[in-house]
This record gives sequence, structure tokens and C-alpha cells, in this order.
Amino acid sequence: MAAPERDPLTGYATTGHEWDGIKELTTPIPHWWVTVFLGSCLVALLYMWLFPSFATTSGVFKGTLGWTSEGQFAEEMAAGRAAQADWRHQLAQTPLDQVESHPDLRRFAIAGGRAAFNENCAPCHGVGAGGQIGQFPALVDDDWLWGGSLAAIQQTVRFGIRSGHEETRDSMMPAFGEMLSAAEIDSIADYVLTLSDPAAVVTRASLPGAELFAANCAACHGATGEGSRDFGAPRLDDAIWLYGGTRDAIRHQIATPRMGMMPAFAGKLDDDTIRMLALYVHSLGGGER
Amino acid sequence: MASNAEHPTGHALIERSTTLLFVLTLLVVLIGGLVEIVPLFKLETTVQPVPGMRPYSPLEQIGRNVYTREGCYTCHSQQIRPFRDEVERYGPYSVAAESMYDHPFLWGSKRTGPDLARVGSKYSNAWHLAHMIDPRSVVPVSIMPAYAFLKDRDIDVDGFGAHMRALRDVGVPYSDTMIAQAPADIRAQASGEETEGLLARYPKARLGDFDGQPGRVTEMDALIAYLQVLGTLADFSQATPGEGS
Repeated sequence: MAAPERDPLTGYATTGHEWDGIKELTTPIPHWWVTVFLGSCLVALLYMWLFPSFATTSGVFKGTLGWTSEGQFAEEMAAGRAAQADWRHQLAQTPLDQVESHPDLRRFAIAGGRAAFNENCAPCHGVGAGGQIGQFPALVDDDWLWGGSLAAIQQTVRFGIRSGHEETRDSMMPAFGEMLSAAEIDSIADYVLTLSDPAAVVTRASLPGAELFAANCAACHGATGEGSRDFGAPRLDDAIWLYGGTRDAIRHQIATPRMGMMPAFAGKLDDDTIRMLALYVHSLGGGER
Repeated sequence: MASNAEHPTGHALIERSTTLLFVLTLLVVLIGGLVEIVPLFKLETTVQPVPGMRPYSPLEQIGRNVYTREGCYTCHSQQIRPFRDEVERYGPYSVAAESMYDHPFLWGSKRTGPDLARVGSKYSNAWHLAHMIDPRSVVPVSIMPAYAFLKDRDIDVDGFGAHMRALRDVGVPYSDTMIAQAPADIRAQASGEETEGLLARYPKARLGDFDGQPGRVTEMDALIAYLQVLGTLADFSQATPGEGS
């Protein structure tokens, strides 16, 4: 085999192969490419040497810099907490009902509360806490099931309602569909409807449902339907109906009651955040002293 | 490039000797293979155990299969990264042990919707049901499709043992009792009744008639049971991620 000929145009050797007059060059890889490639290999080795990179027989090689994503995260969190440390310390030291006399502290708490609310509470109670009719109560009015004071709201957020937490707020409305006849339930529903009707103050006592209401419902909902926050028993003498205020809806609620469930946020959110949430919800319009 | 036909060097030499080409190719593939494969044998050293983890209950696993089938992972991730913004929003960052019984894992790579790694017990069962039936009814700005049809699809309660055996084959520690009791456990979890055995086998399982249809066990029950357990098992009270490494 003859020595490979050189291509006159480029000066590179040919492979000696020829197809239909076309000859193949053995153009070497450009120097810049080889340099960059070897440089990249070096950088990769350096990276492996500095950072956690590969498993060894005795665990994971941790790198000479001692960097971990956990460590970086811890620094990030610490820096974030440090920036808020003064505010958080003040908030933890100030009794909830005195926060409003410190405008700057209140602004900090409400801002944090709003952020936490939109992430954790708004899916049920709605952005702005308008609630969902037939599902989840509004928090912007003064109609509270379990109380609207700062302490009551804080307790509800912390332990939830029928949440399964040891200290949850809990109560149960019996299913009267199993205890009373349909006719009796009808007459209670008729009576309950009159509780919020000022025109019926005198006449409702003579309704057939009055006696049944007194015997079955008044213990929790009160003699005149004023409700009881000890049991989370809603008021029946106003025009706010979580599960609907039609006669059918009320009958249904008496026969097979729906009872709301709210998760406990203790353990999920820290104490500071729960305090901020209580202040935020309290500030929405219905907060009580 | 001082090669000539009589004494070829460089790639001219390699290309002209099949044996040399084969040996050198084998060498390169072996090095690549070692680098890629050897670390896999030490995989267990990278998973730090976390107390509280258990295999999914049968109902939760069925829900997980529905989640996979419906492609929920294309819009929801299940992986909270160790960044402050994510941890402040979702809770402690995800650790490897939390996925140890996941086949396949559903970490996802895209968040059209929020991350779900810690969605368990964040909302009530009633919220999940309303949200699945009509997402806009509870989250007005949501673009999630409705999954109301899940409550019309009954589960093959008695036939799920085979799936659990398959999972056992790939490493999920289901015992014979767990597999034998699967139908009873499914019914118990979806009704909230006679749950003693279920809770002994699968602590912290969320109970209830999730779909509001007593006497029926549907894919809606399963999916909500699965969502409600996400992120609730791992107990970080000993070593909370985010509080030092």
C-alpha cells in the first residue's frame, strides 16, 4: 500500500480510501477543541474533589469543601429567621390582644398572617375568607361557631375542629333521622325557620315543632336558637346558614347532619405563624374582644 | 501524525487492527460501566431512614395508582426542595426515605399546580371531594380538570392482593397477613368502621367515607385516602430537616 497522499488544498493526509473519486481526509481534531475538552475534564475532576460526588465503599465521599445542600438550606433559613428575629421576638412577648396597640408589630403580624392564610386556609375559607356557601364558613362576619376572640381563633387554628388532634374542638350533632319521624323533623324544620323571623316571635310558640325543638335541640342550640359556642352549635336565629337555609336543607341537616372538619395546624405551622394567623383572621371584620 | 502505511500509529493503527479496536472499546465501556453501576450497589448508604415510614395501605396504594393513571404528576410535583421559599410554603423538605416504598416514584418535574408532598391532612376530606368534583367551586382561579367521574368507578376490592404481591416482589415489605387482609382493610378505611386491624398494620391511616357514598368503595375514596396520607408519615421530631444537617 502506497503512502497516503496529501490533500493539496488543506495539506491534511487522506485515509487512502476512495469512493467514486471522493477521497476521505484524516483532518485532526482542532487544538481548541482538544484543549476545551481536556479543560472540562479537569474542571469535572476538581468539582468531584471539592463537592459531595460519589459513593465509596464506606459511604459517600463528602468533598473537601464540606458543602451540603442541607447546610446551605440551614444557613438560608437562619438568615431569614435572623432578619425577622426582632419582630418575632416582640410578637411572642406581646399578648395577642395587645398587638393592636403596636401598629408596626401589627402590620408585620397581619402580613405574615395573610401569607399563611392564603396558602393554608384560603382553599376552604376562600381568598379574603368569604367562605363557601354549603361547605365552609365565612370568617369575615361576626357569626362564629367556636368563638371570634383572638384566643378562640388561635385555639381553633392550632387544634382544629373534629381534626383527630388530642385537643381538637369536637362535638357531634345526632342524626335525628334515626330517632324522629319524618313528620316530626318537618315540624322542627318549620319551627327553626321561624327563629330568624322577627314577625313570628309570638306566634312560633304555638307551632307543633316548638316542643320538639325544646326537647331535642335547645340543649345545644339554645332555647331561642341563639347557639352555643361551647359545642360549636350554630345560631339558628339569624339569616346565616352554612349548609343552606331552605326548608329542605334544614330538614336534611336535622335528619343526617353534616359536620365540618378543620385540620389542626399545630405541628404544621410554628407558633409564631399561628399567632399571625389568629391576628389576621381576627382583623377581617368579625373579630371579637 | 507521523504515520505511514508500514508502521501505522494513532487511530490509523487502531482502525486497522480489529483485535486492538475491540480491546480498547471494551476498556472504555468497562470504565464507563464501573462509574455508572458501582455506586448503585451502595445506594442504601444514601437513604437515611426516617421513623414513621410504612408501606401504603391497600386503599392508599389504589389511590396512588389512580394518581399515576390520571397523570396527576404531570402538573403536581411531590418533592419539596431544600430552599427556604419552598419550606416556608409547603413544610419540611422531602427526604429520600419518604419515597422508599414508591413504585414508581412520583416526584414530578413540573408545578402547574402546587407541590403535594405534604398535602396530607392539610385540608378536610370534604374539601378534597368538592375539589375533585369541581375544582373551581373551591378555588376559583384553578385550571385543574374535574375528576368527578372517579366517584362512579368502583374498586375491585377483592382482587387487589395480586398488585400487592407484585409490589412485594420489587421490595415493598407487605406481609402475607397484609395481603390476605387487603379487602377487609380497604373496606375498613373507606368506611371508618372496624379499623383496629387496619390501624395496627398501617398506623396513621386516614379513615372515613371519603366520597360521601356509604357502602361503595370508589376510586374517589382511594385517591382522597392517598392524598390525605402524603407527607404525614415521616416523623421529623427527632431530626427536623432544616434544623442543621
